[in-house]
Amino acid sequence: MDILLAIAIMALGAVVLGALLGFASVKFKVEGDPLIEKIEAILPQTQCGQCGYPGCKPYAEAIANGDEINKCPPGGVEGVQRLADLLGREVKPLDAEEKPKQIAIIDENTCIGCTLCIQACPVDAIVGAAKQMHTIVAQQCTGCELCLPPCPVECIRMEVIDENIDNWKWKYPVVEIKAAALQKAA
Amino acid sequence: MFAPAPFLLKDVSVSQVMIQVCVALIPGIAAYASLVGPAILVQLAIATLAALAAEAVMLRILRKPLAMFLTDGSAIVTAWLIALTFPPLAPWWLIVTGTVFAIVVAKHLYGGLGQNPFNPAMVAFAVSIVSFPALMSQWPSVGLQLGLVDQMNVILGWAPRLDALSGATPLDAMKTALNLSDGSFDVTALLANQDIYGNFAGRGWEWVSAGYLLGGLWLWHRKLITWHVPLAFMASLTALSGALWLYNPSQFASPLFHMLSGGAMLGAFFIATDPVSGCTTPRGKLIFGAGAGLLTYIIRVFGGYPDGVAFAVLLMNLSAPLIDLLTQPPVFGMKDKA
Amino acid sequence: MLMNLFKFKGGVKPPTNKTQSVGLPIAIAPLPSKLVVPLHQSIGGMPRPVVQAGDKVLKGQLIGEADGRISAAVHAPTSGTVVDVAMHIQPHPSGLDALCVVIEPDGKDEWIDRQPLDYAAMSPEQVREHLQQSGVVGLGGAVFPTHGKLTASKTVPMEEMVINGAECEPFITCDDLLMRERAEEVVRGIGIFRDLLRPKKVLIGIEDNKPEAAAAMRAAVAAVGEDFAVIQVPTLYPAGGAKQLIRVLTGKEVPAAKRSTDLGVQCFNVATAYTAWRAIAHGEPVVSRLVTVTGNVHDPRNYEVLIGTPMDELLKLARPHPDTDGIIMGGPMMGFLVPDVHVPVIKATNCLIAHDDRLFPPKAPEMPCIRCGACAQACPHELQPFEMYWFSRAKNFGKTQEYNIFDCIECGCCSFVCPSRIPLVQYFRFAKSEIWAREREKNAADQAKTRFEFKQLREEREKADKAEKLAKAAAAQAAKKAAEAAAAAAVPADASAEATPSASGPAPAQTSAVPAVDAEKAAKMATIEAAMARAKAQREAVQPKNTENLTSEQQRAASDIEARRVAAHLIEPEPATPAGEKTE
Repeated sequence: MDILLAIAIMALGAVVLGALLGFASVKFKVEGDPLIEKIEAILPQTQCGQCGYPGCKPYAEAIANGDEINKCPPGGVEGVQRLADLLGREVKPLDAEEKPKQIAIIDENTCIGCTLCIQACPVDAIVGAAKQMHTIVAQQCTGCELCLPPCPVECIRMEVIDENIDNWKWKYPVVEIKAAALQKAA
Repeated sequence: MFAPAPFLLKDVSVSQVMIQVCVALIPGIAAYASLVGPAILVQLAIATLAALAAEAVMLRILRKPLAMFLTDGSAIVTAWLIALTFPPLAPWWLIVTGTVFAIVVAKHLYGGLGQNPFNPAMVAFAVSIVSFPALMSQWPSVGLQLGLVDQMNVILGWAPRLDALSGATPLDAMKTALNLSDGSFDVTALLANQDIYGNFAGRGWEWVSAGYLLGGLWLWHRKLITWHVPLAFMASLTALSGALWLYNPSQFASPLFHMLSGGAMLGAFFIATDPVSGCTTPRGKLIFGAGAGLLTYIIRVFGGYPDGVAFAVLLMNLSAPLIDLLTQPPVFGMKDKA
Repeated sequence: MLMNLFKFKGGVKPPTNKTQSVGLPIAIAPLPSKLVVPLHQSIGGMPRPVVQAGDKVLKGQLIGEADGRISAAVHAPTSGTVVDVAMHIQPHPSGLDALCVVIEPDGKDEWIDRQPLDYAAMSPEQVREHLQQSGVVGLGGAVFPTHGKLTASKTVPMEEMVINGAECEPFITCDDLLMRERAEEVVRGIGIFRDLLRPKKVLIGIEDNKPEAAAAMRAAVAAVGEDFAVIQVPTLYPAGGAKQLIRVLTGKEVPAAKRSTDLGVQCFNVATAYTAWRAIAHGEPVVSRLVTVTGNVHDPRNYEVLIGTPMDELLKLARPHPDTDGIIMGGPMMGFLVPDVHVPVIKATNCLIAHDDRLFPPKAPEMPCIRCGACAQACPHELQPFEMYWFSRAKNFGKTQEYNIFDCIECGCCSFVCPSRIPLVQYFRFAKSEIWAREREKNAADQAKTRFEFKQLREEREKADKAEKLAKAAAAQAAKKAAEAAAAAAVPADASAEATPSASGPAPAQTSAVPAVDAEKAAKMATIEAAMARAKAQREAVQPKNTENLTSEQQRAASDIEARRVAAHLIEPEPATPAGEKTE
């Protein structure tokens, strides 16, 4: 008798818990995977493929599936830091050199209008037509360098975006003080 | 040459703030010294030396600029608060242990000046009263008059600790009496003993409290503290003690007794107002002060320790970050929305 | 007139140091050796240069054209020759370069033809346009184009117009002197603003440490016959902040996220009103401004200075002491040390202070924050600077925003009172510019993402389209073949029927003998013909399209292009292009 009671209690428990779980899975259903979106929001969206994936979203998916977080040079050390914070992983040094932000410039005298760079540009930042000169819309260029290899006449170069009065930033105060101290020491 | 605006600075510094706090303690110390004799000055000196030594060692170990932090005066304030809350004839090593613990553990291990979540002096008091309950409750009996030499001998341990030392503060005495008499005795009758309890709250002690009050008002006048914490502390202490006193004056002492005895005044103006470990928003300060006042009374009357200021302040320190977070004042132009 | 004044929380009382520079009247600064006029002197769009090196310009001639609605024109401050339009170091804390017009004065200081305007006869839109073309911007330091502030909110009626003569920063006295000496023109300028905005009240706020200025303004208001209220407000830094002065005079608090016109109030500086009057009534664009030259100098006083005057030349007039080691532009609370003594005076330059260690002792080293709360008590915007400091220092910018860092006006009160001498404002500026940079990056990333996703979508669609086209073409091919085969099979019967009359003579008997052979040939012929037709169709497809219904002009243009192509041997000349046919 006892054993039947025990089985009954266990069965009842299983039914109740199962119902609860089922209810929760319907009620608190999560659309898609918010983690991938969160990761993608941190990635710089240069779509450069330096991580080995064809775009930022595939890399975000790969990170969510366990790939390393240090494969995005445009995101820089700070990007790695933020990914590490998000995912609770350890910060790792970038697996490539961090470059300053740059944009591509087409030397318009050399361009032969082959449209190869237009096809390569992931964000449609190059305008032009066959046998017409091409040019790069500076505001939309992400500096991914994907247009460099296809150019048959090597007329595209990368230029670092210089600091100007509009994008100049106030510096971190402590750094200034330390720098002054270092200068004095030197 | 890089120097950010503003180029004009008010002539204030951390050490000035700390020195003024020390100055504000002087009336209370004077009254204290006239009550228990020069022993308290000796204790202040011992605590100051111990604090500065501990501070110097910690700064050296942590490779922080020695001259800058040693002269900021914060260690001296901590030391003085410890000396003023410990029994005046406590052995020298007790004061030194408490002070070193305050500076090393409560202050520097938490990051040093400005980073300690708990008031270092109160940490020292709490740790000492838990570790050395007997020594921490040996107060000189009322009317005991010892010369400087005798007091020094007691503090330095060269003379046997006299029976006369195992007295108690008025708060202690009252608590003991109340506990012994299981409800059959009358607070009013007890307080009538003016030899111990003076006019309000213990002979001489009420003058020490008055001294702290005076110093605290001066601090407020100098705008080094705001009115929020002391007022809320005193208001809540008065309200709770007053309510219970009105309910049963034979079992509960009057608000005046509670205000002027023990560490209430010192706590209200000098300990609960510590900005580093306390609240900083106006409403937060009110909550902090009121909470500390309530807890002080509850611990005094219903708890196991004769005075509750230290534990009350530590408990409020614990909740200060949360209180601050929840009491952020509305900013300019956003008042109707908040 | 007695008025109920309001208070703002916080504020500090630094030593005002104003008496040194009010002893002497305004002096006109002599022509400098050269003028370097930056083009970007106001908030908003960067004006486009309209002169080149070598051009002769007259005083007041346009050299930079306003770009966009929020932008203000820039003019030549004197007559002379444009030497260069080039990058030049700016009076900006960054020490970076920006585009400037460098003018060598010819010494004649010859004005353009100045046209006084009767603004009462002009539409408000025309007045605003004229102010923009005259380069009138807020001269209190923010240099926001004034015309952009002269439109009342559509929904909220204009209650008060606040005129800022408070001048709360220590050392600065240029507004004080302006009100003392040129009060009438200031009042008339305020009249222009009043007529454009139509507020119910005009309140002129002057700190009570400037009784002479207040008296002069009262007299001028009475003389002009206006009903403006001149109100002395308590001297308390930063009472001259627009939001603080609005609060003191009207009791209204303008939050960071709102425009003041949304609360029915607007604020202008007295010097702005003065330049607006000069622009309208005298046709003089903004080519000079009053600058207080003070600090570590023998003769502190106020000068009327041409925009573009190098600061070292201006400072020399006041004879700086030899131990001067820098120039502060602006006041000691919000100004900055200029990166180079040769930088030009711009419209935002209200004061130059010769810096030395006696007036401004070097800061003692920074101590840790002890959370004393002095900064929060001093903050006029009721912020918690020590909390913002904590998070700015830790670069936790999200948290700084939770503590309303963008409500900070960078007045410097918190740094002023800090016993630990923490450069709080500096931390907030750092945090703000980092947040802005991140915002820019985020926007760029979002844009890149949408563009990338769109490109992917387009490529996929193109691929799908191509596949569909191929499939269709293949299907069409198959259908055609089938149809042709069917046609071929039908030919013999038709052919024999039709061929009978033509071939009736010689060999009627043969026809029936070789029907199979004929049918085979005909089928082959039909296939070849079909292929040729396809090829022809293809050829025609690349012929110029839409050539029907052309106007004669278009036809001529097309034929011209054809002719050029022929000339360039790009294509073989065709005997007759469709357009050519028609023109013949």
